[in-house]
Amino acid sequence: MSEKLYPVSIEVNGERHEAQVTARLTLVDFLRDMLRLTGTHAGCEHGICGACSVLLDGEPVRSCLMYAVQTDGRSLTTIEGLAQPDGTPGALQDAFCETHATQCGYCTPGMIIAAHALLETNPAPGEQEIREAIGGNLCRCTGYQQIVDAIKLAAAKRAGSSM
Amino acid sequence: MSTPVVQSFRYIGKKRRTKEDPRFVTGHGRFVADIALPGMKHLALVTSPHAAARIRAIRTGHALALAGVHYVLTGAELCAATEPLLIGVDAPKVLRYPLAHEVVRYSGEWVAAVVADSRALAEDATEKIEVDYEPTEYVLDPEKAIEPGATLVHPLHGSNVLYRRKFVWGPVEEDFARAEHRLAFRVRWGRSATVPIETFGVAAQWDPGRQLLDVWASIQMPKYPDQTARALRLPGNAVRVHFDVDVGGSFGVKRGIKHTVLVGYLAKKLGMPVRLIEDRLENMRGGDMHGPDRIFDMQAAFDSDGTIRSLKIRALDDVGAYAGRSPLQLGKPVGAIIGPYQIHSVEYEPISVLTNKTAQEAVRGFGQSPTNYALESAIDHVAYHLGMDRIALRKKNFIRKDQFPYLIPSGTTYDSGDYHTVLDKALAAADYPALVAARDAARKAGRLAGIGIASCLEPSGANSSFEPLFNPKNDTTTWMDSCLVRVDLSGSITGVMNTSSAGQGHETLVATVLGEVLERDPDTIRVVHADSLTALPSNSPVGSRMAIMLGGAAAGAAQKIKAALLAIAAHNLKAELSGLVYRDGGVHLRGDPKRSLSWAQLVEIAQRKFHLLPPGLEPGLQAKFVWEVPTGGGLPTADGRIQMYPCFSFEAHVVLVEIDPATGQAKLLRYVCGHDCGVMISPDIVHGMTYGGIAHGIGAALYEKFAYSDNGQLESQSFMDYLIPSALEVPEIAIVDHCTPSPLTTFGQKGSGEAGYLGAPAAIAGAINDALAPLGASIAELPMTPLAIWTRIDAARAGLKRSTP
Repeated sequence: MSEKLYPVSIEVNGERHEAQVTARLTLVDFLRDMLRLTGTHAGCEHGICGACSVLLDGEPVRSCLMYAVQTDGRSLTTIEGLAQPDGTPGALQDAFCETHATQCGYCTPGMIIAAHALLETNPAPGEQEIREAIGGNLCRCTGYQQIVDAIKLAAAKRAGSSM
Repeated sequence: MSTPVVQSFRYIGKKRRTKEDPRFVTGHGRFVADIALPGMKHLALVTSPHAAARIRAIRTGHALALAGVHYVLTGAELCAATEPLLIGVDAPKVLRYPLAHEVVRYSGEWVAAVVADSRALAEDATEKIEVDYEPTEYVLDPEKAIEPGATLVHPLHGSNVLYRRKFVWGPVEEDFARAEHRLAFRVRWGRSATVPIETFGVAAQWDPGRQLLDVWASIQMPKYPDQTARALRLPGNAVRVHFDVDVGGSFGVKRGIKHTVLVGYLAKKLGMPVRLIEDRLENMRGGDMHGPDRIFDMQAAFDSDGTIRSLKIRALDDVGAYAGRSPLQLGKPVGAIIGPYQIHSVEYEPISVLTNKTAQEAVRGFGQSPTNYALESAIDHVAYHLGMDRIALRKKNFIRKDQFPYLIPSGTTYDSGDYHTVLDKALAAADYPALVAARDAARKAGRLAGIGIASCLEPSGANSSFEPLFNPKNDTTTWMDSCLVRVDLSGSITGVMNTSSAGQGHETLVATVLGEVLERDPDTIRVVHADSLTALPSNSPVGSRMAIMLGGAAAGAAQKIKAALLAIAAHNLKAELSGLVYRDGGVHLRGDPKRSLSWAQLVEIAQRKFHLLPPGLEPGLQAKFVWEVPTGGGLPTADGRIQMYPCFSFEAHVVLVEIDPATGQAKLLRYVCGHDCGVMISPDIVHGMTYGGIAHGIGAALYEKFAYSDNGQLESQSFMDYLIPSALEVPEIAIVDHCTPSPLTTFGQKGSGEAGYLGAPAAIAGAINDALAPLGASIAELPMTPLAIWTRIDAARAGLKRSTP
């Protein structure tokens, strides 16, 4: 008994991928196992922890709660897509380095995806807005403080560079 | 000793970026689930739905018939082919294997394992396996479990008590008789754990040509390679554990020995690489990572002026159905059993009890945080009894900074501290009078508000002194750690560490220390993780030990490199060592900087020019240093006194909470933590772990519990039931640093990996009870969930209504 395969065409980090997937293949497994983009992490696989967050047409979604077939024809950005072209940290990622906003690094990609989505819509968020934006992303190491600091720093740097 | 030496460091204690962060922020960490071996197969588990049952039959035919399924393993085969997993106390009949055999002892216990081409196929196959169970009696309440006639979890052991001893250190009965006051109370620490966001995972591959099992795992466990080899009946050098796997959080619990033995056995038997990545359900119920679950019966003897003379502590700990090192979590607190207080004598009765629940494993602090909660509750009870201010009472009993080194009744000597100053700094930072005014104003307005204070110790620099203390057959007295330093021909430095890391920033630690000693920029230093066959002796990053032990080992190795460079310079400059100056990696004559050899020249001599080496110096440039835990090496006395950990950090928590009386939800309005861990090597890392420890403590205090139903079913198996604090529950936290260097360590550093967690639950519990006090209500059990708080409020108000005509 082999499972039926469905063709999908998905843009990931600016690159189009054509693939044949089973109906039950989750988006997180598609990204990690088929595309080997392992920066997206599975934490709870029931939509609570946020470690698997990616941007779907710019909106943060849980890749563990979506099937790959649902993203056919759409555009995804993963944590790898937020780096500089040479693979070094992008601006928001660099802010996370500056404030030491990671420890084990497991929740970090999802956290940065959530922060990125926030700053795209609200370039100058307040403390409470930041906490609400990452409120769906659990971190067990940091107590969130240096993450909040990183997002504030990234917002300030954005504001500074756009002046 | 007490003079801060921070200013004299070049890299230590400075704001610097870590070495690890860039790979994590770009998604290029290398976690165990990222390991994809060619031809790798995947494992899924069949688990018991019963708290206790006999296994009558397991039918695997339908599962094996599925395409892509390679094997179904059951306990009968595995138990015959492997050795039982080690247990930390002397209980040889409490056997544990990765899969249940003939009986299951908790709901969620692994009964069979399926190997298939994909995880999805393996999960499909588990649903085709039929297991006939005959449910049997079970015991869930640890107090009932120790009664005569109780249902036995392991009948061959003859009792549900794994370990029990009454220690008496000092004249307890005399002190109780002489004291002007005595009180007794009970507090309960709920079953919670660290629950990292990454579950446990392991991948293994057997190489028949080399007769070698390669293992990649999300591991934080002392002696893991040895225990794996032993259980698999392999020589130690036939197991190679790769320590360069990033561990996605652990805080003690990533001890997946049963997972590893299972996967290792299958990889070898099937000749296929096999991987098991727990899903969250497996992690919560069968991952064997629940934390302490303790009932403390406390008695205190004290005088009217607040002097606490003596304590009696009975700690009943529910370890679940099996045990590895979990009973020893009652042992570590022996080394800080009086907290930061001058208490003359102590009676301590730890009781480790088996029940039909998921097994307990090591959790951040190794039992110290529950003990600190019980101790701080005692202080608050005494203050309430005497009508004395909680802060004044603490200060009255604190060990003074001029009393160190301070020997406590249970045999440990505290190295250094200045508890009065740290608490004062925390109170000043919190603006304590303003905090009191805010609380009182809230109360006047009819709201429930309270202040909590906790002053707690963080034992650090772990050794394993609790092993010989709790198991006379175990006379382990060393718990060493090591570092290898190499300088290559290009002059680049590489530090080799010997364990995996779970977010503690060890690569940064080693680079900072090597840079400090050798006066080279840490950014240019690479740090790698050996595998278990190339590693020097090490005991994994447990018990807040790495700043002390790995930092000390790295410094020791760097000093050997420096000594070699100086010897080469003395030989070539024809000078006495005493006439040489080492600066920035080069060496010159004192008073004549032009007669010098640069770092590059010295390295080249060491690597290429034997004719220029002083006689007796090894060519090449590398050094190893193996360090024993300072003050370690002793065995316990007959009455159970022993030096536990060497260094003692201190934390003073001040917290203001307000409770919504309609929902019972507690909100933390202000949180200040005064913290003294000696010299901080990387302040950002120390602060990060402290913030995280407090957040974890908030969870243990208010939200997190592995709850069981009356029929032994785990009710919190997902993040919808087991509530981890988010950024909305964790407030902004102010940390106030203080530095009392340790006289025992290389730079004056102490450990801090468990910081915050060791005092936060006690402080928050104190604040909740302060908030409930005006109602005449209180709670003596963690977690103090909204429902638990609301229930007390409701009962108190109903009582008030009844008593008001």
